[in-house]
Amino acid sequence: MIDWPLLSVIIFLPLVGGLIILFIKEDEVTSNNIKWSALLTSIGTFILSLILWLQFDYLNPSYQFQEKFRWFDDFNFFYHIGIDGVSLFMILLSTFLTPLCILASWSNIQKRVKEYMLSFLFLETVMIGMFASIDILLFYIFFEAVLIPMYLIIGIWGGARRIYASFKFFLYTLLGSVLMLIAIIVMYINTNSMSIESLQGNFFSFNTQIFLWLAFFASFAVKIPMWPFHTWLPDAHVEAPTAGSVILAGVLLKMGGYGFIRFSVGMLPEATEFFVPLIMMLSIIAIIYTSLVALAQTDIKKLIAYSSVAHMGIVTIGIFLVNQQGLEGAMMQMISHGIVSAALFLCVGVIYDRMHTREIKFYGGLVQRMPLYATVFMIFMLGSVGLPGTSGFVGEFLVIVGAFQLSSFVVIGAAFGIILSAVYMLYLYKRIIFGTITNNKLLEILDLNTREKIILIPLAISVIILGIFPNIFLDPMRLSLELIITNYEMANAK
Amino acid sequence: MANAIIFLPLLSFLFCFLLGNRFNFKIYQIITTGILFACSIFSWIIFFQYLGNKEPEIIYIFNWISSGNFIVDWSIRLDTLTAVMFIVVTTVSACVHLYSIGYMEEDTSKVRFMGYLSLFTFFMLVLVSSNNLLQMFFGWEGVGLASYLLIGFWHHKETANNAAIKAFVVNRVGDFGYAIGIAGIFFVFGSISFDNIFEQADLFKNHQIEFLSLNFPTLDLLCFLLFIGAMGKSAQLGLHTWLPDAMEGPTPVSALIHAATMVTAGVFLVARMSPLYEFANFTNLFITFIGAATAIFAASIALTQNDIKRVIAYSTCSQLGYMFFAAGVGAYNASIFHLTTHAFFKALLFLSAGSVIHAMHHEQDMRKMGGLFKKIPLTATMMWIGSLAIIGFPYFSGYYSKESILENAYYSSNGIAFFAYIVGILTALLTAFYSWRLLFLTFHGANRSGIETYNKVHESPFVMTIPLFILAIGSIFSGILFADYFIGYYKKEFWDNAIILTQSSHKYLPLTQSLISKLAVAIGIFICILIYTNNKDRAKNLSYNLDPLYSISKNKWYVDEIYHKIFVLTFFKLANFFWKRGDEKTIDGLGPNGISWLISKSSFYVSIFQSGYLFHYAFAMLGGLVIFLTWFIYY
Repeated sequence: MIDWPLLSVIIFLPLVGGLIILFIKEDEVTSNNIKWSALLTSIGTFILSLILWLQFDYLNPSYQFQEKFRWFDDFNFFYHIGIDGVSLFMILLSTFLTPLCILASWSNIQKRVKEYMLSFLFLETVMIGMFASIDILLFYIFFEAVLIPMYLIIGIWGGARRIYASFKFFLYTLLGSVLMLIAIIVMYINTNSMSIESLQGNFFSFNTQIFLWLAFFASFAVKIPMWPFHTWLPDAHVEAPTAGSVILAGVLLKMGGYGFIRFSVGMLPEATEFFVPLIMMLSIIAIIYTSLVALAQTDIKKLIAYSSVAHMGIVTIGIFLVNQQGLEGAMMQMISHGIVSAALFLCVGVIYDRMHTREIKFYGGLVQRMPLYATVFMIFMLGSVGLPGTSGFVGEFLVIVGAFQLSSFVVIGAAFGIILSAVYMLYLYKRIIFGTITNNKLLEILDLNTREKIILIPLAISVIILGIFPNIFLDPMRLSLELIITNYEMANAK
Repeated sequence: MANAIIFLPLLSFLFCFLLGNRFNFKIYQIITTGILFACSIFSWIIFFQYLGNKEPEIIYIFNWISSGNFIVDWSIRLDTLTAVMFIVVTTVSACVHLYSIGYMEEDTSKVRFMGYLSLFTFFMLVLVSSNNLLQMFFGWEGVGLASYLLIGFWHHKETANNAAIKAFVVNRVGDFGYAIGIAGIFFVFGSISFDNIFEQADLFKNHQIEFLSLNFPTLDLLCFLLFIGAMGKSAQLGLHTWLPDAMEGPTPVSALIHAATMVTAGVFLVARMSPLYEFANFTNLFITFIGAATAIFAASIALTQNDIKRVIAYSTCSQLGYMFFAAGVGAYNASIFHLTTHAFFKALLFLSAGSVIHAMHHEQDMRKMGGLFKKIPLTATMMWIGSLAIIGFPYFSGYYSKESILENAYYSSNGIAFFAYIVGILTALLTAFYSWRLLFLTFHGANRSGIETYNKVHESPFVMTIPLFILAIGSIFSGILFADYFIGYYKKEFWDNAIILTQSSHKYLPLTQSLISKLAVAIGIFICILIYTNNKDRAKNLSYNLDPLYSISKNKWYVDEIYHKIFVLTFFKLANFFWKRGDEKTIDGLGPNGISWLISKSSFYVSIFQSGYLFHYAFAMLGGLVIFLTWFIYY
């Protein structure tokens, strides 16, 4: 084991890098220095997080790399961090995507580069901090702090209707946040503890659980998002700059899923069992409804945003099955979606940077000019469709297998996504990539440049690796998830 | 060796995919074709080992997914069934690779094409050699992907792109059933690898399972779900609409994917799972019915199509129907036998058609052909051989397999087997008719293409005719050589439990029945001769006189139009409804927009009170004071 606080270093390294950037003067010449510093910081963080993975003990189901310091003398609030098999991959996803985001913003962000990079690095710190928190209060602080850089990214560097988008985003999350804070206070009053680790189990009476569950649900269902709390997502995506969409789809949505696993399933098992039918119903509606809505979209980003909601429907089904296949499937689906949807947004960014429009109608026949782009886009499309051998399949299929143990209706609902995802993605791909070029403005469009290749090719390789060798990811999370399932089953067996 | 057979095509795909355009295109063509011929030789070696009763074996590669007790390996299952499929896939694929060098001569993306063909071959080999249902699903969807890529190979053509999407989506409808079926099998048997399932099949014979709040016999339900997948892939009635459209792809693709190999995957699935299907009585009736119905339905459409490839496509659909009703009545070996012979003669027919199309400079309409025998005698002879095989002319390969299917249907105890038998004979008549119609319209009679085109017609180069020779040998001799092993005297030793053999001994049809089936073929040919020789107008007059029937056949029973109305339009309508009404009006209207509207409205009313006039405030204060005092006095 490592005897220095690796996890804290990973959390705060991006912030330190961001603060250093503040001291670089911003003008034409030095703006490259800013970008390079930000990139190197985020790459350094990614390398450290890989060390975290290498050092991670697969056979230990509980929290590892723990660090604990008391905050207040009179209260049981701690700076308590650590990771288990669930948070490990969420952290890796954050550290993997951030450098790609910085690279993706290399040339399309021209105003306030310094502040932009600082926002992203700060965002990285709070995302990692949130996934690593064991103390609930600490978790809450990070959870809410994520919104600050995200607001700024959408609000300052966003598109034309950014004010409406951030307002919608704000309204939805506000309600959830308030309720979650109340729930946290209730938990503290009841148990005098704020530790996620020691509250795993069944510590609250049934009625309290119901209240707490609903309060957390309000927050996480908006975040993930579940139908009908999803309408902020398409708007936020459309207005956010490319890198903002990448982080939003890649990591921020997973905060909801992570919260469901940790809080709802982990701490409130009886209420969870009570609400399973509700979740299943909402998820199935999400899959069918949003897949159809995706089909009708005319804006590429909106289409992918709606497909995210459908994919997250699979995740919520998986989580609330609370069996091995369901939970592992949900985790795989989250990791896969983190990579695939991030990559799809990056792909949209590539043509947006060139043509400054996201209208599907504008494009068509890109394969004639951009064969390499067409190829990588194809790989991500197949990942999104869930073709066996790509990342999307493993999660989706495990959830279907898990769902059969609960109810055949849920299986049918979940499997319906198999058909619909193929319809809207292939239809999108056909309209953008295939055919002949009819729009004269596209005649001179250039294929991927070196920077874009560096961004997209690692993602394409990850999609395949996740599909062929999913055990690399399933093995480390297995015992942590088993622990959650055991706790859940013990609580409900009584 | 089995490893090499499977992974060499993958390597040749990766070679084309990653290093494309690095070298001269000829290098890619030689390497991919060479590799496939090597694979084909290996496959035949393995096949002969199994003819000599080699033991089945399982080659473990590595663990794919393990989640709880859901454990899936990458592995290769070698037994007689796999060996048979290996020779079918690699032989046809090798021929098609070689043929494509000539056929795609003028195309600019030759390397991509060869790469896709190899990729397809890899997925198909994975499919047939899998030892569990999930790896099979990997191959299953993989061939679907390759098919999608190859149908849409000419991606500048709008029709090709639409056909590609249609193929993928319709197949996905089938896969929906397949995926649920796998989940169900895991739920029931606790495993999805074949040996574990088959060992327990007996135990669940009379078992019931609850599905969608109804009780079903377990094995019937599971087999039914898997069969939905098979229907999609093998283009059976209801999910058949993608196959004719798939003809938008280059002709070698049609031969390899949409005739010889991929579309037979459904038949393979049923044969592979035969230890389970054996006990699924109701599902077997369903399979028999769908198979028979597809056979005659597709044949009825093939009668009137004018596109040479479409005729063969519907004929494929119809022959697949034969294979399914054979499987439905429990004659899995006859079904696989027909699959094998069909692979040879149908690939031969398609590649010959391709040779005609190549000679005619991409003309596919038979109305603009005719009299080509003199110009391209070799191709015409090959087409004749293929046609003789498909109608089951004695001693050609199709004769053995089709007779065997009819025999099994005749002697089966399955409730609707006799219906299938009758349909089988009628379909044989129709098959003879459309096959001869194709021959007459294309190769005989007067030429209708115009003298200029006709003079330019030329026989195809050697790279295209050599594959035709190889396939012709298969079409003629595969029946007579292998009948004893597949369906005859040695079948028990040959199959060695790779599939279930239900019928104990080989029975021949009674003489009268056998004559009837041959008579049907003769009648079909005879009618065709009556209509299409000497008198040009007879066909036209007939089509007028039989109008409703003719139109139904010509327009493919209007299935595409009906599906378009029922599914496509409804889905788009629903999509827009959910988006505009659901999301924008209802959820946003009541949610964020509603709340902000409420707040701004209520703040507007509140702001009215702040009028700024002193007497308003004074009046309000006075009123308040009165209320307060009243309350104070009473309490």
